[in-house]
Amino acid sequence: MIGTSLESLYYGFGVALEPHNLMFCFIGVLVGNMVGVLPGMGPLATISILLPLTFGMKPVAAILMLGGVMYGAQYGGAICSILLNLPCHPPHAVTCLDGFPMTKQGRGGVALGLTVFASFVGASWGITEMIFLSPLLVRAALQFGPAEVCSLMLLGLLAGSTLARGSPVKGVAMTVLGLFLGSVGTDLETGSERYTFGMTELDDGIELIALALGLFGIAEFMNSVNQVAPINTKYTRVSFKDMRPTKADLKQAFFPMWRGTIIGSLCALIPGTGPTIASFVAYATEKKISKHPEKFGTGLIEGVVCPEAATHSSVQGDFIPTMSLGIPGDAVMALLLGALMIQGIVPGPQLISQHPDIFWGLVASFWIGNIMLVLLNVPLIGIWVKMLAIPYKYLYPSAMFFVCIGVYAANNDFFQVGEVAAIGLFGYILLRLGFHPAPILLGFVLGPRFEENFRRAMLISRGDIGVFVERPISAVFIALCAILIGSQIYFRLRGTKPPIEPSLRPHDTGAPPVTAEMRTPAE
Amino acid sequence: MRPSTSHLRELTGKRDFYAGGLMVLIGLFIAVKGTTYRAGTLMHMGPGFLPTALGVLLVILGITIAAAALAPAEVGPDGEEHTDDQRILPENPQWWAWFCILMSPVLFIVFGRFFGMIPGTFACVFIAALGDKNATWRGTFVLATVVTAFGVGLFSYFLQVPMPILTWWGAQ
Repeated sequence: MIGTSLESLYYGFGVALEPHNLMFCFIGVLVGNMVGVLPGMGPLATISILLPLTFGMKPVAAILMLGGVMYGAQYGGAICSILLNLPCHPPHAVTCLDGFPMTKQGRGGVALGLTVFASFVGASWGITEMIFLSPLLVRAALQFGPAEVCSLMLLGLLAGSTLARGSPVKGVAMTVLGLFLGSVGTDLETGSERYTFGMTELDDGIELIALALGLFGIAEFMNSVNQVAPINTKYTRVSFKDMRPTKADLKQAFFPMWRGTIIGSLCALIPGTGPTIASFVAYATEKKISKHPEKFGTGLIEGVVCPEAATHSSVQGDFIPTMSLGIPGDAVMALLLGALMIQGIVPGPQLISQHPDIFWGLVASFWIGNIMLVLLNVPLIGIWVKMLAIPYKYLYPSAMFFVCIGVYAANNDFFQVGEVAAIGLFGYILLRLGFHPAPILLGFVLGPRFEENFRRAMLISRGDIGVFVERPISAVFIALCAILIGSQIYFRLRGTKPPIEPSLRPHDTGAPPVTAEMRTPAE
Repeated sequence: MRPSTSHLRELTGKRDFYAGGLMVLIGLFIAVKGTTYRAGTLMHMGPGFLPTALGVLLVILGITIAAAALAPAEVGPDGEEHTDDQRILPENPQWWAWFCILMSPVLFIVFGRFFGMIPGTFACVFIAALGDKNATWRGTFVLATVVTAFGVGLFSYFLQVPMPILTWWGAQ
């Protein structure tokens, strides 16, 4: 088993090192990092805006590039949160706590340098997990019938929406809305049109790009326009020289980094607990076992390194269910999976055997991409720092153009541009009403497959709904769903919230503005 | 938050009440429209089955959300969540900026469809940039020009998006 995995990995490196693929991976990391560094652009917005660039590419190149965009954007977000105290992505909220004080002390460069290192360690661990766990998971998943797939999806959807930040009921409502949006268009089985209102453009359903760019682009711009505080660039003078940590720094960072990595990978194994929760847990743990917990928040290296390692290790771990089961744990993964589907690739357990070039190429490119990230950030940090100062009034109009042309390019049709505007307005209303739109995307991507498997399960069981609890594996998933709902109700009635969250709210620290993506659930 | 004569006003001032209400409306719409499609049986589900079920579920969730806003007991230890921003509009509503942002795709459609990519891009960026409270005509013009030059270069020449660069009255 291990032998075959290593052999496949070797093959994957062959795919990822093809000059053509290597180039797109590089472009992805570079552009992702560049856009991710811009204040207010989290990974979701970055990936959605850059997604249209991959339409003309081959699937392998496209997914390698988007993978690069994802962790490039993630690292870019870390720069933004350490130097400006602006978390563009929820996991980075914790990094701000100690990262920004370090910047104020003039040690921002060291914080950035150690972050590169920590994220590399975290990611490497996550990738290793992916190499060995995914094939195992696939073997198990290939035994699944439609009933098991269905209840597993249900578990994924529930976990994704209830373990998130904010009200669980609202999260579930958004997931249901997403499932519905996924059913718009021609019904695959009967060919009849649903909710199209005679618009032939809607026959193929709502465009994923339009949904993503509407919810995470336009709605977000409406939320931030004229509300963003002017950026404080007082502390952003960081050069390459400043990034080198001293030996003492490295020693101080070593164990927290590993603890963060382990916490992150454990969090990745629990469906629905993505990087956000991982980073919060990591920070809390580090504070608890520290000999001087009172110093946290004043610029401790442990407080930066541990959550960053946890975030990256958990993000890589999230790829395991996404790629091997076809069930994304959060909106970022849902978007990447959606991008694969746009390329005509069917996600699920058969993906690894049918498209080994995609899976193993992606795994290998993660490593290559993470090394590129380290190499890129050392010399380019000066440029990134300058980009932090780009004012929002230039940023969002330019981004609006990318939204419009990107949606247009999906089908070469102006209809979708109108669609994105409508979705953007709707998304903003949802934001103002206290909903987090990220689960919509999760439901939307899983919706059609959920319906298909549900129908098939019902057909096989001759309409007996009890099949979901009669089959043992499915029953376990359903039981987990029940525990999830039960515990939420329990916490609600007792009036306490699940731990970790409240004490570590980002605005306890001197209030970095909470953007919509900040508020999105467990990504 | 004491129960008093202004209870009703207090209630309708709550964001969650409207949030739940919106979900109920959407759910009702989905469910009612869903019944016009064939539902089928559980064994042979028709196209209307799942959407209708989702609509009903959304109505129930909406009622739950709105009911949570009704219950005054919520202020207890869980109060934190409910004392946060209950306003639907932000502190300083940006009607003009919102209008500009939403007009941006609309102008992109109109100008892009009838005059091509250059006018479409320019109009799209121009109107969006006007939404900023410190926008000047000059700055907006320069920004729109720069983005147009860069964008048309990238999308038309490099990525080959099939949209005429410049046309008259939509000769596509």
